[in-house]
Amino acid sequence: MEKLKNFYEKRKTLLILSLLAVAIVLPFLIDKGSVMSIIVKILFYVIMASSLNIINGYSGQFNIGHAGFVLIGAYTLSILANFGWPIWILYIVAGIVSSIIGLVIALPTLRLRGIYLALVTLGFSEILRLVALNWTGLTGGPMGIKGIPAPWFFGLRATSPHNYYFIVLIFVILCLFTSYRVINSKVGRAWMSIREDDHAAMSLGVNIRKYKAINFMFGAFWAGVGGALMAPFYTFIDSSMFTLDEGFNILSMVIIGGQGTLVGPVVGAIVVNLTTEIFRFANEARLLIYAVMIMSMMWIRPQGIAGTSRSVIANRSLGRNGGGFLAKLFKKKEVK
Amino acid sequence: MGVLLHTKNVSKYYGGIKAVQNIDMQVEQGEIFGIIGPNGAGKTSFFNVCTGNLQPNGGEIWFNGKNITGMRPAKIATMGIGRTFQNIQLFNFMTVLENVKIGYHTHEKTNVFDALVHNKRYKNDERTTHEKAVALVEKLGLSGESDNLAGNLAYGVQRRVEIARALALEPKILLLDEPAAGMNPIETRELSDFIKQLQKDGHTIVVIEHDMKFVMNLCERIMVINFGQKICEGDPDHVKSDKLVNEAYFGKGTTF
Repeated sequence: MEKLKNFYEKRKTLLILSLLAVAIVLPFLIDKGSVMSIIVKILFYVIMASSLNIINGYSGQFNIGHAGFVLIGAYTLSILANFGWPIWILYIVAGIVSSIIGLVIALPTLRLRGIYLALVTLGFSEILRLVALNWTGLTGGPMGIKGIPAPWFFGLRATSPHNYYFIVLIFVILCLFTSYRVINSKVGRAWMSIREDDHAAMSLGVNIRKYKAINFMFGAFWAGVGGALMAPFYTFIDSSMFTLDEGFNILSMVIIGGQGTLVGPVVGAIVVNLTTEIFRFANEARLLIYAVMIMSMMWIRPQGIAGTSRSVIANRSLGRNGGGFLAKLFKKKEVK
Repeated sequence: MGVLLHTKNVSKYYGGIKAVQNIDMQVEQGEIFGIIGPNGAGKTSFFNVCTGNLQPNGGEIWFNGKNITGMRPAKIATMGIGRTFQNIQLFNFMTVLENVKIGYHTHEKTNVFDALVHNKRYKNDERTTHEKAVALVEKLGLSGESDNLAGNLAYGVQRRVEIARALALEPKILLLDEPAAGMNPIETRELSDFIKQLQKDGHTIVVIEHDMKFVMNLCERIMVINFGQKICEGDPDHVKSDKLVNEAYFGKGTTF
């Protein structure tokens, strides 16, 4: 893995460009609409997993209710689209609304961490789903929202997966690009310092509350955009698409791919979704395969597929401090 | 030479345990001030009260002419108090260079949007931070380790990284909590020289230490704490000959 990383570091630009080329050519090589929609779905999850990775992987907060932010994005777009707002603008608006909600969640929970924060996000996600299910006037309740229009793309409505793919691809690239830039700046360093040791971070003047809030907002923004992208593609949303399972699904991609790395969630989203598709014949039994996958990952490769020995969880369990991932989760606020 | 750090009657109680009682301390600009005392005397608690990690139950803390009682640790750090921890608290899974870079946090002005568009402010920040961090790492003789994960380093080296990180804050005063703990005599001597060098560079330093030789050689003034109370303060010779200090360390002599 280290070798692979070195290889990657050396030929970074070339690799990224060739990946980009493959991504652009892909829809021209694949005829089948059904295959293409699976690929589009994978891209949705790339955005969601990456945004969750910003929160869980980089600042070490534990959010398991990420589906809540996705829900906000999807509903914001769907409701406003019915008022005739242009879809392209709504993608961004949905992100902003979601990030404001993220701030609202972050502010009262800044003192919480680990399992306590996880419980709050879990509750938050479920509350949002119930509101969406019951506020029939706004969200259509159990009937959901139908007929969400597709955006214009080069003069035609992007209704087919082949067209819509490019729109999602643009946002995937934007998401990874912005994440990369923010992580490699003062802000990203502050996030990581909080993840590593918040007392030490404080002693260096890092305003923990501020950076945790920014972190939540950034993650929620892209989750919202991810949700907003989903809505016009399926042309229909209802609250059952944003259950807790969905949140765990996204979380499992981040964990399987590798937390605290940019590539991790991308790999995770691809692997998990492909597994889902391959084992579709097994119906509900494929959840078992899922569980086995996550458990064996935790056992064999705790840093995730794309994680190097430098990734967070791996080091928590392998590093000299020991403690393990769960120990970190349950760690109480110590006074030193 | 004015008073830089001044605590007035500071107290800290843990329930019924009086960890720190009415301690008055005045640290002058540019000096090396030592705090010693037996185990459990309340030295680290007192430190934590000064840096805002613990809130005092009574008294006031003044730094550089401002009352900093009750401020958050991050705010106090921004005002210019740097510190290290008794049990080393590095960012273990970041490299030495990254650790030091975080130290420059308060000197960078980048926000999320600057980072997104890579504007002038971002580029300036990144460049100066990188240059300063590399220079600081070199100054502390850590160049060879700068790409290693902090958690993988030897104990003595980790201590130095922690000091480097605190120095990156460019603090007016540096609080070192047992910097020589776990070091061998040679490392201790090097550390002592290094701290003296820091003083020459204009830093004010407060150091908690158990190593008597280290403290007596290094510090100009020493405060002795026992059971949360200040029992003595003065230059090393005065402290060495103080009756209460000797009692605290060696016990009361018995006459037969």
